[in-house]
Amino acid sequence: MPIRRREFLTLAGAATLAGGLPRLARSADSVYDLERFGNARILHITDTHAQLKPVFFREPSVNLGVGSMQGNPPHLVGKAFLDRFGIRPDSADAYAFTCIEFEKAAQRFGKLGGFAHLKTLVDRLRSDVGAGRSLLLDGGDLWQGTGLANVMKGADMVDASNLLGIDAMTGHWEFTYGEKALRSNLERFKGEFLAQNVFLTEEAAFNDAKAFDPASGRVFKPSTIKEIGGRRVAVIGQAFPYVPIAHPKRFTPDWKFGIRDEELQKLVDGLRNTDKVDAVILLSHNGMDVDLKLASRVTGIDVILGGHTHDAVPQPIAVTNPGGVTLVTNAGSNGKFLAVLDLDIGKGKVANVRYRLLPVFSELLKPDPAMQGLIDKTRAPHAGDWVDKIASADRLLYRRGNFSGSMDQLICDALRSELDTEIALSPGFRWGTTALAGQPLTMEDVLAQTAVTYPETYVATMTGSQIKDVLEDVCDNLFNTDPYYQQGGDMVRLGGLAYACTPAESVGKRISELTLDNGSPLQAAKSYKVAGWASVNEQTGAPVWDVVAKHLKSGKPPNRSAPGVTLKGVEGNPGISKQV
Amino acid sequence: MTNTDNGFSATRRLILQGAGAVALVGLGSSFGNLPFGLTRAFAAANDKYPEEAFKQKSEADAIKSLYGKTAEASDKVKMDAPEIAENGAVVPVSVTTTLADVTSISFLVAENPVALVASYKIPAGTMPNVANRIKMAKTSNVIVVVEAGGKLYSATKEVKVTVGGCGG
Repeated sequence: MPIRRREFLTLAGAATLAGGLPRLARSADSVYDLERFGNARILHITDTHAQLKPVFFREPSVNLGVGSMQGNPPHLVGKAFLDRFGIRPDSADAYAFTCIEFEKAAQRFGKLGGFAHLKTLVDRLRSDVGAGRSLLLDGGDLWQGTGLANVMKGADMVDASNLLGIDAMTGHWEFTYGEKALRSNLERFKGEFLAQNVFLTEEAAFNDAKAFDPASGRVFKPSTIKEIGGRRVAVIGQAFPYVPIAHPKRFTPDWKFGIRDEELQKLVDGLRNTDKVDAVILLSHNGMDVDLKLASRVTGIDVILGGHTHDAVPQPIAVTNPGGVTLVTNAGSNGKFLAVLDLDIGKGKVANVRYRLLPVFSELLKPDPAMQGLIDKTRAPHAGDWVDKIASADRLLYRRGNFSGSMDQLICDALRSELDTEIALSPGFRWGTTALAGQPLTMEDVLAQTAVTYPETYVATMTGSQIKDVLEDVCDNLFNTDPYYQQGGDMVRLGGLAYACTPAESVGKRISELTLDNGSPLQAAKSYKVAGWASVNEQTGAPVWDVVAKHLKSGKPPNRSAPGVTLKGVEGNPGISKQV
Repeated sequence: MTNTDNGFSATRRLILQGAGAVALVGLGSSFGNLPFGLTRAFAAANDKYPEEAFKQKSEADAIKSLYGKTAEASDKVKMDAPEIAENGAVVPVSVTTTLADVTSISFLVAENPVALVASYKIPAGTMPNVANRIKMAKTSNVIVVVEAGGKLYSATKEVKVTVGGCGG
């Protein structure tokens, strides 16, 4: 693929926030030459999902907001997104941030991310401001998402995290390796793992389970204070609040989670009043809608650096609360973006900020040799098993979207075909890379969609009414009008069953017109054979990656029927684009 | 065709009928660990066991049966409950209040088959601070009622009980 440096330089318009007002920053020399601003630079990555190598990742064409969230970031896609953030159509940024003409743009601008490329950019942006003036923070989902990370329980990523120079992180999928593996990773991690919202259960506390602070029951250090640019900056960690609900509880039996904004408020007040910090940053894995609500309730936080929902939002959203204003960001996923938060910190207060969410264009950045060496060395023992082509992508294969993606359709087809069921369910994960049409698919690609610690497939008998209850339940996790009741994933994917969805309805009334592939309506009392994977209950079937690989190798003709989700009441909602 | 035509709404009820509402443990910080049996004995020593109140299906009927009056919402009643329960069988719910002269604190779950979950008598001079874990069959409003100075004050929060979602 030719490197067209000129295209990047002339078309890139990284939207920034300066003094609260958005403007377009254009740099003459390079996309990555940033004007100096303030006295402290905080770099933020999140949800890289262990993608050590550069990837294609298509942003969603459906990311609906309901209630007060409708039409507001992050619930904008396609052209509405470009308009809102002043990004030029047909530019490198339009490619990085939206789904518009994805395949064409992917050919033109290439892959994004990759830790060797990220390392080069991080080092450059840190050396630009000089020693003692920067921090690198990671918002979690750093150690999961590839076959390599899964087989090594995240250990591979600890080395990469150390070499990248991460000063502090929080977590989500990191917890799904279980306490023992997590603690062993944390022992080798040179940064700090922060989580104010993880506590021992009463039983674990009674049994003297290990905790950072036995008095409060906090399992991990909640916050850290770093001196940068001559000022004291507090960083608080907020782990994903719903780990034991969204994942099997057996991985974290001794720990309870939750949003816990009252405990957070006490922590912020203590840092402000007792520790006399000059700025407070919340490193959050709540998801953007939850962070926006939290910012309206908790006072004293200057900036929430957010993740989890994989929203690449070019500008911070300013939220007013009784104590002032809190800025809320979300920095995308899969290593595509590096956020740069430049702060002008005075005594006890942040005077001004500038924020940029920089796409990591791998073709513009020289890979860092040390990181490249580490990646090659870590991959070597395993990659050999996974590099053989098992099929070719018959079409653009992507996952991200509220209701469906071609990659998950493929997984559902594999489940139905290999496990011989009428219906298949596949979780609405937001990670997983994109494959271009014609691209060879390897086991490594399959694992990038499926690498979890509970990959076992199952075949179950469910009644029509049980199936509908599951759909309603998951749909409410996505579209409850109160963000605190959302979990941040997408809708469960269905194979063999079409339905209509009215997101603005209440739970129990969103899903209708459930119809089987043969055109007959799903009957409430009738039983159906359903295949699935990644159940929160323990299962014993073959791992889903083997099922998918077997299906791909079988050479069965691809099922290209439409995903079969009809949306109702979404006319005029800028969270949906006709762009394919 | 709509799914309710096929009888979808009926199944929730069937699930509910199998679930009893039982307060498992009273972990009141003012009491220390107090087994359920003791709570009942304690209540009985001060008053008759409110058998009728524990039979009512709706929270309004249960409150009326227990107290003979209605409660008004008050921001002085501070309830701590999760937005989404990690386990519907043991949902931690606690309450504190700055109201004076508290004589009892009751917990109700609107959608449980029997709404009243537990009612604690608070002797004079006791800190009004009760924590317990309650069983919930499905997503529901949880209501805490504080009796103080002969009047009733309440706080309400929805707690979601979910089959489990999918992380981002």
